[in-house]
Amino acid sequence: MFRTTLKALAVLGSLVAFAPAPASAAGETIHIPDTRFSFDGIFGTYDRASAQRGFQIYKEVCANCHAMHLLSYRNLRALGLTEAQVAAIAATVQIQDGPNDEGQMFERPGRPSDRFRSPFPNPQAARAANNGALPPDLSVIAKAREGGADYLYALLTGYGDPPAGVTVMEGMNYNRYFPGHQIAMAPPLSAGQVEFADGTQSTLENMSRDVATFLQWAAEPELEERRAMGIKIILFLTVLAGLAYAVKRKIWANAH
Amino acid sequence: MSIGLHNSDIPNPVLRWIDQRMPVFTMMQKEYGSFPTPRNFNYFWNFGALAMVNLVIMIATGVFLAMHYTPHTSMAFDSVERIMRDVNYGWLLRYVHANGASMFFIVVYVHIWRGMYYGSYKAPRELLWMLGVVIFLLMMATAFMGYVLPWGQMSFWGATVITNLFSAFPVVGEWIVQLLWGGFSVDNPTLNRFFALHYLLPFVIVGVVFLHVVALHITGSNNPLGIEPKGPQDTLPFHPYYTAKDSFGLVIYFIVFAVLVFFAPNYLGHPDNYIPANPLVTPAHIVPEWYFLPFYAILRAVPDKLGGVLLMFGSIAVLFVLPWLDGSPVRSMRFRPIARIAFLLWTVAFFVLLYCGGKPAEEPYVTISRIAAAYYFAYFLVILPLLARLEKPLPLPESIARAVLGGGPLPGGAAAKPMEKA
Repeated sequence: MFRTTLKALAVLGSLVAFAPAPASAAGETIHIPDTRFSFDGIFGTYDRASAQRGFQIYKEVCANCHAMHLLSYRNLRALGLTEAQVAAIAATVQIQDGPNDEGQMFERPGRPSDRFRSPFPNPQAARAANNGALPPDLSVIAKAREGGADYLYALLTGYGDPPAGVTVMEGMNYNRYFPGHQIAMAPPLSAGQVEFADGTQSTLENMSRDVATFLQWAAEPELEERRAMGIKIILFLTVLAGLAYAVKRKIWANAH
Repeated sequence: MSIGLHNSDIPNPVLRWIDQRMPVFTMMQKEYGSFPTPRNFNYFWNFGALAMVNLVIMIATGVFLAMHYTPHTSMAFDSVERIMRDVNYGWLLRYVHANGASMFFIVVYVHIWRGMYYGSYKAPRELLWMLGVVIFLLMMATAFMGYVLPWGQMSFWGATVITNLFSAFPVVGEWIVQLLWGGFSVDNPTLNRFFALHYLLPFVIVGVVFLHVVALHITGSNNPLGIEPKGPQDTLPFHPYYTAKDSFGLVIYFIVFAVLVFFAPNYLGHPDNYIPANPLVTPAHIVPEWYFLPFYAILRAVPDKLGGVLLMFGSIAVLFVLPWLDGSPVRSMRFRPIARIAFLLWTVAFFVLLYCGGKPAEEPYVTISRIAAAYYFAYFLVILPLLARLEKPLPLPESIARAVLGGGPLPGGAAAKPMEKA
């Protein structure tokens, strides 16, 4: 049994020995609370209604500062929007195109094939409009932060007054979950800010959950397909492993 | 050797026609069909075949990724995300490739560990072992450059830290670093040459793997007892015995691989690498990929930069001379009670270094790294040479067949008979 233990150590040890380091700043470890999402667990899927509301919030609130340049309007079809709805959403923005036959750049309404229009033409313009801070692109933000969607939910709901003895710099805001606790982004969401067509109450918690769901989908649009394929492949491989073992046993039957 | 058509006994006339002119089928039959293989392999002997499969997977996925990737600092990050979003099954290709690197190192670490535990590096397999170390070095270089290609924050800063290590060398250091960079900082020329080399090196690995297998097929495989086969009763033909055993191991390997790819594709990565590279913003903790962490810990355990770099390279260089550091004629640790404990402690030290390498360079991790690094080297440079003189090994079994099949008569040849050619 010692040898079995060795094998387990050799194979599994290298997989589990290096647990991801928790997000920390200045030596302090910030605990990100676990939020329940529809896409948790290996069978989880995206709550389409929530993701659609999340997109609405992005469009009305976040998109004033944050780009999502890796997404196209056509991608929204995956959230259950119809072709006409997507075309209508795309047409609400003006996209610079060109040059035309006269060599001039021109503006035209957006099409489903266009990438999400960025609020600023370049990072310098974004900084100039935001007190020197650069609002990050949100396309893959859920993959780019320790804690993923849990972190995004925590960040959006984590604003508040600083604890006694902590002073916040001019133009900064206190947030319990942001590394270093001082974030340039003012509290972006407040209750009642957005009106949802489906009658969902726009509380801070609901809105934060919807935004986190939308951003998780934006970062991992393949998640549902990936898991569905993974389940099939692992079931297949499990059966195959049984067969391969049976074949091995039969071949080795008189060789031991 | 006589000139002229090979005397082939392949039954199929078309294959025989080819085989007479170019006896590849005879060779395959000899090297992978009837090849005499010790009959007592355990599942640790799967890992060579697994590494071979893994290499093929990496090249196959890598070639298709390269068709969609753009090696330019302003486009690399977005081109990788385009693969994830717009290329058919691009997410699958990329996650298989990225996690395939991790799987490759897991497999190769087990493969190396097995070689060390069962003394596979000892005469007459020294060259086989050294070629393996060359493959390991090439893998590290390839993996490092591959991690730079997505041009995320960890790509950029990992590249900056690792290439800067070479500046520690006196006189030539600065020159080497500028050669690696293609300029005066990690920038577009660096990305371009890393992409070219990342595409080249796997084929160099294929070449050295071929030599590794050639050397293996001259000496034959070691086995868990570490004694040489003395006759046909000690061996089995590679096919079907070990093809069947490797197939089972391969499926288990695929299951582990699939769990990573489909359910935790970013678990072994770092979130910061989904932030596009920014030379003006340094991440709070720069950490290399997990498989480099033991060596990274050794690097950081030394307060002097040049000393750290030398020790880090030394930790791999020492493997080259391992066959001559361990003078004990007994291969398998099963028969070396003291060396076995010393080696298992070395294994612990390796995992401790791996753990500490992922932690910030502060106490207590620095002190722990130093102790573990000291033991890492002491095992090779002090303990093994001393034990070769001082340790009294346990008695070795008379033969593989006797150890495996028990003390009675030896039906080994009979068992293998159905597979032998008539």
